[in-house]
Amino acid sequence: MIEQKSKKGAYLFAAACILLLAAVVLLENVSVFLPREKVPSVLLPTSQLFVVLKKGAVYSLAAVSMNLLNGFTGLFSLGQAGFMLLGAYTYAILTVPVASKDTVYYLYGGSAVKFSLQDLFGALFGTEGAGGALSMGLGVVLAMVLAGCVAAVFAYFIGLPVLRLKSDYLAIATLGFAEILKAVFQWQALGPITNGANMLQDFPTFSSFNITGAGGKVILRLSTFFPFLVSMICIAMICLLINSSYGRAFKAIREDETAAEAMGINLAKHKMLSFCTSAFFAGVSGALFAMFVNNAQAKVYTTTMTYEILLIVVIGGIGSISGSCIATFLYVACSEWWLRFLDNETVLDSGMKVPFLRAGFRMVVFSVVIMIVVLFFRRGIMGDKELPDLFKRRPKAAGKEETA
Amino acid sequence: MEFAISVLISGISVGGQYALIAIGYTMVYGILRLINFAHGDVFMVAGLLGIYLSASMPLCLSLPLVFLLTVLLGFCIERAAYKPLRSAPRMSVMISAIGVSYLIQNTATYVTGGQPMTYPVIPFLSDTVKIAGTSTKWVTILTPFLVLALVLALTQLINHTKTGMAMRAVAKDFETSQLMGIKINSVISATFVIGSALAAVGSMLYFTNFQAITPTAGALPGLRAFVAAVVGGIGSIPGAVVGAFIIGICENVIKSTQFTVFSDAGTFALLILILVVKPTGLFGEKVTDKV
Amino acid sequence: MKKFLASALSAAMLLSLLAGCGGGSGSTPAGSTPAGSNPASSGTPAPAGDKVIKIGVFEPASGDSASGGKKETLGIQFANSETPTVDIGGETYTVQLVLSDNGSSTDKAPSAAANLVSQNVAIVLGSYGSGVSMVASDIFKEAGVAAMGVTCTNPNVTAGNDHYFRICFLDNFQAQILVNFAMEKFDAKVAYCLGEAGNEYDQGLVAFFKQVFEANGGKVITDSFPTNNSDFNSYLNKAKAEGADVIFTPVSIAYATQIITQAQSLGITAPFLGSDTLDDNMVLDAANGTDIQLYVSTFYQEGGAPEFDEGIKNYINSNSAAKDANGGNDTIAAVTAMGYDAYYVALEAIKAAGSADPAAIKAALGSVTYTGVSGAIAFDSVGDAVRDTAYIKHSTNDGAWELETVQKAS
Repeated sequence: MIEQKSKKGAYLFAAACILLLAAVVLLENVSVFLPREKVPSVLLPTSQLFVVLKKGAVYSLAAVSMNLLNGFTGLFSLGQAGFMLLGAYTYAILTVPVASKDTVYYLYGGSAVKFSLQDLFGALFGTEGAGGALSMGLGVVLAMVLAGCVAAVFAYFIGLPVLRLKSDYLAIATLGFAEILKAVFQWQALGPITNGANMLQDFPTFSSFNITGAGGKVILRLSTFFPFLVSMICIAMICLLINSSYGRAFKAIREDETAAEAMGINLAKHKMLSFCTSAFFAGVSGALFAMFVNNAQAKVYTTTMTYEILLIVVIGGIGSISGSCIATFLYVACSEWWLRFLDNETVLDSGMKVPFLRAGFRMVVFSVVIMIVVLFFRRGIMGDKELPDLFKRRPKAAGKEETA
Repeated sequence: MEFAISVLISGISVGGQYALIAIGYTMVYGILRLINFAHGDVFMVAGLLGIYLSASMPLCLSLPLVFLLTVLLGFCIERAAYKPLRSAPRMSVMISAIGVSYLIQNTATYVTGGQPMTYPVIPFLSDTVKIAGTSTKWVTILTPFLVLALVLALTQLINHTKTGMAMRAVAKDFETSQLMGIKINSVISATFVIGSALAAVGSMLYFTNFQAITPTAGALPGLRAFVAAVVGGIGSIPGAVVGAFIIGICENVIKSTQFTVFSDAGTFALLILILVVKPTGLFGEKVTDKV
Repeated sequence: MKKFLASALSAAMLLSLLAGCGGGSGSTPAGSTPAGSNPASSGTPAPAGDKVIKIGVFEPASGDSASGGKKETLGIQFANSETPTVDIGGETYTVQLVLSDNGSSTDKAPSAAANLVSQNVAIVLGSYGSGVSMVASDIFKEAGVAAMGVTCTNPNVTAGNDHYFRICFLDNFQAQILVNFAMEKFDAKVAYCLGEAGNEYDQGLVAFFKQVFEANGGKVITDSFPTNNSDFNSYLNKAKAEGADVIFTPVSIAYATQIITQAQSLGITAPFLGSDTLDDNMVLDAANGTDIQLYVSTFYQEGGAPEFDEGIKNYINSNSAAKDANGGNDTIAAVTAMGYDAYYVALEAIKAAGSADPAAIKAALGSVTYTGVSGAIAFDSVGDAVRDTAYIKHSTNDGAWELETVQKAS
C-alpha cells in the first residue's frame, strides 16, 4: 500500500470524485434535458440502471465498512446486518413526518416519538420552497449521522464483552447480537416506537432529493447522486482512517496480534475503535438502505444479508477498498439485472424453447458464477491491492524482469 | 405439569436432532478450522431426496439410497469446493462454503419451484403415542436414544480405529500428521462422509416430525446446530452433543413463555453469556497462540 | 490510492452502463411496442403481425411467498390464454404478460419493479404479499404506471397513493369476519393467535383480531415464531394448556402445513381459523385424513363460477408447468380466481381508457366496475375494492373445501 500524502494526490483524488459525481448527475438527467423520444430506454429515470447504481452505492459503503473490520483489522465479525438495522430504524423513526405518523403506526394509534427532525427544522426554516428543502436536507443528514452514532454506541457496548473473543467465536457472537437486535425490533411491545412487524415508511427517500418545479415536474434529478455523494464521503473518511497511524495499527493487529502488542499498540483500544467505526458506517449505510427500499422493516436484515456483504468483500479482495466497490457494483448488477432474462421462459424465433429457463434459474446461474469466482480468483478481484497499484507496479515489475 | 413435560420432551427430541447436525459442524471445524456453512443445506437436501426418491420407490429402498446420496453430496462438496482452496486464506474457504450454501438453496428453489414439499410418512416413526398425558410421535421419543447410540459408536470409531486416530492426529497438527504419512485428503473426506451421514439420519428424524420442506428449511436448524457446537466448544464431539441438548431445551422453554419472539435471540444470548464466561465454549480446548 | 477509488467506482459504473445499453431495447413509445421486438425478455411469446400491449406481473416466484405468488400468476396466465387480445379504439392489441420475480423480499423488489417498468408495461398486477408491493409502489408511481394489487391486504398499500389499487378486502375486514365467525359458531372465549415474527401480514391480522376479539369480551393470547421455524409443538401445547377455544394462524403456506400436521400428532381438538393464505391445496393436503377442524376466510369458493372452474381445471391438467405451479393437483386456490379477475379488470381499464398509454389507463382504472368470478369489483376513493363479503370454508379432511358460510361485514 502506498501512502499518498502529497498534495498532488489529494487534489487528483478530489478531482476524480467530483468528476464521477458530475458524471452521475449528467447520466440521470439525460431524461430531463432531452425530449422523451430521444432518451435511450436504459437512461429513463425508472430504468434498472439507476436501481442498480443506487443499490450499489448503498452496498459499497456497507462492504467497505465491513472490509475495514474484516479485511484491515482482521476481526471476523458477522454483525453487519444488525448495525445496518439499527441505522435504518434510527433514521426512519426520526424522519417519519408528523403528519404521516398515524397512517404509518396505524396498529398502535400513532407513534411514541412525537417529532420528526425535518419538521423540527421546518419550524426554523419554513416548510415551503427553499426553506422546506433545506429543512428536509438537514433533517435527513442529521438523522443519518445519528443513525451512525446509535450503531456505534451499540457496537461499543457489544464490543466490551465480545471483542475479547478470538476469530470464529467473535464471528458467531456478533452474528448472535445481530439476531437479538432483529428480535427486539420485531417485538410488538415496542410497537409504538419500532412499529413492530410493520414497515416504517413515508420518510424522505432518494427521490425526495429530486428538485421539482411548478406542477411537480422534475427540473433536476439528484436521486442517484445523493447516495453516491454520501457513500463517497464516508468511504473517503474510511480511506483517511486507514492511511493514518490508526490504520497502520489496524493492519499490524491483522498481521500479528502479539507482535503488534509488543510494538506498543493498545489492542483493546484499537480493536474497539475499528469495531465502532465500522458500525458507524454500517449504520449510515443502513439508513441509506432504508431510503433505497423506502421502508425500514427488521425482517430484511438477516444473516443472509451479512453473508451477501461478506461475499462481496471477499470477491473484491480482502483489504482492498477499490476492490469492495467494484465487486459491489458487479455483484448487484449481475444478480438483479444482467441475468434476469434467465428467469423467463423463452421461445426462439425458430420456435424452439430454450431449455432450463424458468423462474429461479437466474439465481442458480448466479451462484455458479460466484463459485467460479471464489474458486479461481481466490484472492478476489483486486487481492489486497488498490487500483493505483495496478497502474504503478506493473511497469516496475516488467522492469525487474528485464534486468533479471 | 403436562405442559412442562411436553415442552421438555420436544426440547430433548429437537436437541437430539440438532446434535446430529452439530457433530458434522464440529468435526469439520476440528480438522479444517472451517465453519461449513453448507452443512445445514446438505441436511435440507437429504430431506428433499427423501421426498423425491420415496415418490418412486418403496421406503426400504429409498431411505438407504438417500443416505448414500447425501454422503456422496458431502464428499463431492469437499472435493469440489474446499480441496482446491486448501492453501488459500481461511476466509476464502469460508466464502466458498457460503457460496456452496447459496448454490444449494437456489438449486433447491429452482427444482421445487419454491413450493413447500411434504416429507413422506415413515411407518412406526410417524405414529402417535401418548406419554405422561401428552401425545406425540414415536420419533420424538426415540430420537435421544438413537442419538446417544450413534454418538457412542462415533466415539468408538474415533478412539479405537486407525481412521479415528488419523482424524485426531490431523485435528491436533495438520502439517506434522502429513509428515507422518497420514493421507490428509482421505481423512478429510472421511470427516465429511461421517458428518453428512449423520446429517442424513438427522434429516430423517427431523422431517418426520416437521414435515414441510422449503429450500431454506436447513438454514435455521443449521444455525442452531452451529450455535450448539460453539456452546459446547467447537471441535469437541461430546461438547456438540451437550450443547445441542442445551440449545434444544432452552429454545422450547422460551417458546413456552410469553416471550416467544425471543426464542432464537434467547439461545444467542445464552451463547454469548457462555462465551464471555468461557471464551472457547464448555468443552473447548484452550487455544494457545503460536508466535 | 484514494483517487483510484474514484476511478474504481466509475469503471464499475461504466461497465454496468455498457451492458445496460447492450441489453436495452432502444427507445420505444411507452405502453405499446412493435410485436416481437424483444423476445428475449418477454414472459409469453408475442405473435408477430399486430400491436402488442404489455401487462406486468409483479409476483414472487422464489422465497417465502413463492407458492402463493405462482398460484396467483396462474390465474392471470389462464385469463390471458382465454382472452389474449383487447380492442382499443377499434384496433386489436395482443396482450403480452411480462413476469418479474420479486423474490418475496423487499430488497430485491425495486429492481424487479424497475425491470417491469423498463419493458414499458401499461399496467402492473400484483403482488402477493403487501411488503413487496409497498416497496415497489414508488417505482410504479415515478413511471406513471398504475398498479393493481390482487391479494395484498395491508391497509398501507393503497393509502396515500393514487396509482395503487387493489381488488381484495383488507386485513381489518378479514379479522372482523373471523372474530364474528368464531364467536357465533364456537362461542369462543379464549383465542390463541400465532404469527411469524416480523411479518407484517401475520402480525397485522393478529393485531386486528385481538382488537376485535377483546372488544367483544374475549381473551387473546398472542405468540410469534421466528422465520424458518418448523417446530410448533411448544406453541400448540401452550394453546392447549391455556384452554384456547380457537387457534388463529394467519401464516404462510409452509408454516400452515407444519402447524396442521403437528397439531394432529399432538391431538389438538380446538378448531383452527386461517386467513386467505391458508386457502391453498398444500394446506388442504396437510389436513387430509386428520381430525383437525380447519376454517379459512377467503375470496372465492370453488363452485361459485362453474365455467371458470372447468376452464381452469382443464388448463391446469393440460399443462404440466401449470400443474407444478398449483402444487401438483387441480384444486383451485382463491388467489388464482383473484388473479383471473384482476386480469379482466385490467382489460376493462384498458378499454375504458381507449388507449395503450399508462397514464390514461391509470386515470380510467379508478372508475372501472367489473363482475368477476369472485364477485362484483369496484374501487373506492382510496383505491380499495368495495367488498363486503367473505367466504368461510372448512376442510372436509378428504382433500376438499366445503363452504361453511358467507359472512357480510356487520
